[in-house]
Amino acid sequence: MPKNPNIKKVLVIGSGPIVIGQAAEFDYAGTQACRSLKEEGVEVVLVNSNPATIMTDKEIADEVYIEPLTAKVLEQIILKEKPDSVLPTLGGQAGLNLGMELAESGFLEQNGVKLIGTTAETIFKAEDRQAFKDTMEKIGEPCAPSKVVHNLKDGIAFTNTIGYPVVLRPAYTLGGSGGGIAHNETELTEILTNGLRLSRVGEVLVERCIAGWKEIEYEVMRDAAGNCITVCNMENIDPVGVHTGDSIVVAPSQTLGDKEYQMLRTSALNIISELNITGGCNVQYALHPSSFEYCVIEVNPRVSRSSALASKATGYPIAKVAAKIALGYTLDEIKNAITGKTYASFEPMLDYCVVKIPRLPFDKFITAKRSLTTQMKATGEVMSICTNFEGALMKAVRSLEQHVDSMRSYDFTGLSGEELKRKLEKVDDRRIWVIAEALRRGISYEEIHEITQIDLWFIDKIAVLTEMEARLEQEELTPELLKEAKRIEFPDNVIASLTGRRETEIRQMRYENGITAAFKMVDTCAAEFAAETPYYYSCFGSENEASGASQGRKKVLVLGSGPIRIGQGIEFDYCSVHCTWAFAREGYETIIINNNPETVSTDFDIADKLYFEPLTPEDVENIVRLEQPDGAVVQFGGQTAIKLTESLMKMGVPILGTKAEDVDAAEDRELFDKILEKTQIPRAAGGTVFTAQEAKEVAARLGYPVLVRPSYVLGGQGMQIAYTGQEIEEFMEIINRIAQDHPILVDKYLQGKEIEVDAVCDGTDILIPGIMEHIERTGVHSGDSISVYPAPTISIEVKEKIVEYTRRLAQALHVVGLINIQFIAMDGDVYVIEVNPRSSRTVPYISKVTGIPIVDLAARVMIGNTLKGMGYPTGLAPEAEYVAVKMPVFSFEKLRGAEISLGPEMKSTGECLGIAETFDEALYKAFLGAGVQLPKHRQMIMTVKDADKPESVEVARRFEALGYKIYATRSTAKYLQAHGLNARRINKISQESPNVMDLILGHKIDLVIDTPTQGRDKSRDGFLIRRNAIETGVYCITAMDTANALAESLEHACASEELNLIDIAKVKNI
Amino acid sequence: MKAFLILEDGTVLEGIHIGADKETVSEIVFNTSMTGYLEVLTDPSYAGQAVVMTYPLIGNYGITPDMESNKPWVKGYIVRELSRMPSNFRCEGTIQDFLVRHEIPGIAGIDTRALTKILREKGTMNGMITTDENYRLENILPRLKEYTTGPAVEQVTCEASYALKGKGKKVALLDLGAKQNIAKSLQSRGCRVTVYPAHTPAEEILAEKPDGIMLSNGPGDPKECGKVIQEIKKLYHSDTPIFAICLGHQLMALANGADTYKMKYGHRGGNHPVKDLETGRVYISSQNHGYVVDTDKLDPSVAVPAFVNVNDGTNEGLRYTGKNIFTVQFHPEACPGPQDSGYLFDRFINMMGGSQ
Repeated sequence: MPKNPNIKKVLVIGSGPIVIGQAAEFDYAGTQACRSLKEEGVEVVLVNSNPATIMTDKEIADEVYIEPLTAKVLEQIILKEKPDSVLPTLGGQAGLNLGMELAESGFLEQNGVKLIGTTAETIFKAEDRQAFKDTMEKIGEPCAPSKVVHNLKDGIAFTNTIGYPVVLRPAYTLGGSGGGIAHNETELTEILTNGLRLSRVGEVLVERCIAGWKEIEYEVMRDAAGNCITVCNMENIDPVGVHTGDSIVVAPSQTLGDKEYQMLRTSALNIISELNITGGCNVQYALHPSSFEYCVIEVNPRVSRSSALASKATGYPIAKVAAKIALGYTLDEIKNAITGKTYASFEPMLDYCVVKIPRLPFDKFITAKRSLTTQMKATGEVMSICTNFEGALMKAVRSLEQHVDSMRSYDFTGLSGEELKRKLEKVDDRRIWVIAEALRRGISYEEIHEITQIDLWFIDKIAVLTEMEARLEQEELTPELLKEAKRIEFPDNVIASLTGRRETEIRQMRYENGITAAFKMVDTCAAEFAAETPYYYSCFGSENEASGASQGRKKVLVLGSGPIRIGQGIEFDYCSVHCTWAFAREGYETIIINNNPETVSTDFDIADKLYFEPLTPEDVENIVRLEQPDGAVVQFGGQTAIKLTESLMKMGVPILGTKAEDVDAAEDRELFDKILEKTQIPRAAGGTVFTAQEAKEVAARLGYPVLVRPSYVLGGQGMQIAYTGQEIEEFMEIINRIAQDHPILVDKYLQGKEIEVDAVCDGTDILIPGIMEHIERTGVHSGDSISVYPAPTISIEVKEKIVEYTRRLAQALHVVGLINIQFIAMDGDVYVIEVNPRSSRTVPYISKVTGIPIVDLAARVMIGNTLKGMGYPTGLAPEAEYVAVKMPVFSFEKLRGAEISLGPEMKSTGECLGIAETFDEALYKAFLGAGVQLPKHRQMIMTVKDADKPESVEVARRFEALGYKIYATRSTAKYLQAHGLNARRINKISQESPNVMDLILGHKIDLVIDTPTQGRDKSRDGFLIRRNAIETGVYCITAMDTANALAESLEHACASEELNLIDIAKVKNI
Repeated sequence: MKAFLILEDGTVLEGIHIGADKETVSEIVFNTSMTGYLEVLTDPSYAGQAVVMTYPLIGNYGITPDMESNKPWVKGYIVRELSRMPSNFRCEGTIQDFLVRHEIPGIAGIDTRALTKILREKGTMNGMITTDENYRLENILPRLKEYTTGPAVEQVTCEASYALKGKGKKVALLDLGAKQNIAKSLQSRGCRVTVYPAHTPAEEILAEKPDGIMLSNGPGDPKECGKVIQEIKKLYHSDTPIFAICLGHQLMALANGADTYKMKYGHRGGNHPVKDLETGRVYISSQNHGYVVDTDKLDPSVAVPAFVNVNDGTNEGLRYTGKNIFTVQFHPEACPGPQDSGYLFDRFINMMGGSQ
């Protein structure tokens, strides 16, 4: 069937801010789909509140709205742009829900707009629990016994008929939000109550627990003619019970025979056909480990995290094909872009093994529960490819960048046998390391399997790795042994430490014996057809297929940013991709190395060559030896890429842009102090330390409070404000849990306005696209602050000082490319906080708002262009005509036990942007985009620390004026009452009911303002109030500045009904 | 123990010896299926060939009852890695032991992707698996060039006819090297199947008045089956509904004046898209063939293409004009591979006059 000629203009819905369960994969899918649509001559209108995405670039869509993702906003956009169709299947669950809302309300029909990609009926049948169950029953596909309940009573009654344990799955939520396994009535009551509230439609599925069964997924495609194929199947190493997003996953399945494989494949095709899906779909199964019994767990009628993984694992571009199908094409009409010869109507065959490992944020949230359940907690993931499973696992492990590189990286040797077995029962992110230790102790496969339910095949593979460790420790290192160790991807440094040699010796021995990495192609067809797309992975003991031969162009190596984590998110992928495109435009051959399957940068047609590899010096060196690039770019891949600078220089690869020693000068305290002295720029006094004792001495000299932080980190990891010596001890202990290569910084804490700039420098001139001001005072990490452009409250004098300091710093550090600087403005003075001679989190949004292509300019100055030569002004660019407010978005509700109060360590997972002509409207849009839709019940709770009490009066007054009824704990209430406010006193948690907890759990509270006292004591009242607020879905604010901003936003909201939409594709370039 | 794979073009690949300790010369073909190695090993169509598995991890679920005949037919087995510890609830042993027991030699530790690329670029070749470290290419290469699979059907067909349980339509299954799931697919649809050796005279089959005749898959060059083709011609004229798969499809075409030719490297795997030309629908099919029907020389008054391969446009099935006969190149019986085209068996049942 050819393209439907009636589809001329399509509205594509994005997925909004990055949260746990909905991350970069939707930018990848959306970007690919938009490009696919434009290729077909279709006009694309895009809406997404997330400015850090590539899909919101004006090159990707024709009209771009960075607006809040609400049904109302979408209706406004549809009325304004008059698209003929809406494509809702690319924006994750958020996009699907919105599409559904528009269809259900009748709005689409009234305006003659069609849902394409999938129909409302299909979405309903796949997403509505009962409808789904009925559909499965109709075609004879088994589901676990289950019932949809709308209240607690029914849930308990049903569970009593099927018995505990039961799994609870709220309808229409992300990443299994609010779900869990209940083993008894107490747990059932807790989880079910929470789930009912979180579900958009107040319904939860109560289901027979099939924990321990094999979890298998199929990615399926279907076109409107009814042709269907499976792209890939995947097996979760962690059996049912752990969310697939938190599981280690292998593709294709390893322990299924053809019988099982085809049984589930046929089932998946039957399901997609019955649901009448046109596009991509993910079907999850539980397969009984010792029979052919299976259950359908769920179906996602859209692209998903799994489809991104399947696309990268196979080379089959699911989103691209889904977009073409939405336009009416059939699978046999769509070319396979990898081979250029075959068509989309075939099934990829892998001749390698793929392993995905989730990136969990427990290094950030040290108080959070590490256990893995049906509630997803991972912020990102890594993928690796190898010709054997052990090798793929080892490569994935070292891609995580969590200080792990082998099965020894977590030390459980101190545990007794009993403790170890108990540890095996705990499902957390370190489980494979616990299994490795159990194997070393001689605990049998069967016993490990009995406890973990992990298939014996996988346990044996971990044993292969521990056996190799033992051989390397005990045997003489012969070339044969080294060859075998490399075949299963032991890195040189691990072999060195196990054999008691130096890494360089191992490397030398490898080269002498010809043991070098070979690169193989991902070609979708197991070499059956010649492929045209250079997408490679490495392995040992094989013939090399990749040619490093120059194609007459200079080669540039772009280092990606690895897995998405808090502090290093999608922004850096945005920068890596734009840098690659910029170099391509300059005539370079571009080579990307990255290991994140969710991103645009690892799409096979972004760079001339893609190496899907870990970002460690050894892995990068293998590629460098083959490719001999003319230069490498490290400025755009976050800390991951920066950390490789030194190694790249040793390999003889020129670093393009700012030199490594200047990068060091910005990070090294002493060198940097010298630069500040020379440039006469003030900073907070401070010192460098290694021990807690030294830290306390410095603090005593400076006076408390002080800021304590490690150097060379992103996102302020481990950064804290210490008010006492005891807190210093506590923070230093946490920082030093990981061996620090660099000293720890202790600075005097200055409380002022925080200002941030990004600038492009060509070695002589600078261009500052804009100055951003944070709403929260210093002390809150810049990534967690609300950031406003143009800076609204600072004086012209201060702005001039900032521009001048930026110029001096860029020149002193010989910056060629990007520089990001954070300042404190206090009493007319400007202090520098930190300087990062690289791209930053704010680059994508400031590029979009100002229309200045910052990354492109930075890439071009690196190869000798000047700002003036490129026709750009220097100094501070004229302010844009719009105000942009960047709002951080958190995923605290997913992380049980995590401390939510804001501080110097970054905690947000994503961001959204509000753009408007006025500050008030931009702020309102930003809050709305972040999901803060107030007022609802007009009741709030305030409990603030003493230092904030004077300010709390004004805040309370504003909310009271907005009609809010204010509850407050004893001292806050007393203070507010004394200042003429009608604050109702409420008991603390530790006091008798009704107390603050009852109020929160009563679901009548819109908002909690709780400014915490310092420290990480989990038992404190404040911690419990905040956690309970978050877990019951109450918006919780922990800084007075944020509270004022919210009040301002609500004051504006009351005044306006319609939003003024801004098409940022039409923002004027300077 | 070291082993060597020596190809007709002089390429030598070193690996580790697996299976029986003997030398073997055969045609080398590759199969891209990711599961179903046991069905491949026991598919009689591989008689005279050594199979390269492109998927690198073989034997993960061990030996299960999923056999397509009572023994493996491949002459050699070429893999990247054999699982040292298979795991599956139906696992009865390892591939290693299975190969030894059935006296099949093999080689592991081969860069199967590199080998596949050679076969893709140069076409299917003959080769030898040997453990003799002192091999002499000048002696071996002439032997390799000489080798042909020869008349392979004789080796794999059953010795005498036998009847399978069933109550419904009477189907005569001509065993040219039939995979067991062909009979099972008919049986599961209620058919009463009688299996005949390949060289059974048509008269003997027709004397039993079957409701339909099924021509199976099988090994080798279809043009080697001159006698069988003669009998099939008689079956064609009998007006009995006929459904044929793979070799059976090729023989029916040859019996009716079409030609077949050897493909460069064939189709072996479970991901080949075939298009039903009547409906336009595309199905993913299981395939195993090195020869294909040349439809150029086909008289449309005799037969017209019914299925075509979406990837390379080769013929995948024929519908015989004015006859109750249709034939397919691919394997609707699956095992291994997708079950999407199983509906063709239903079509055959309908041709014989409806359900059961």
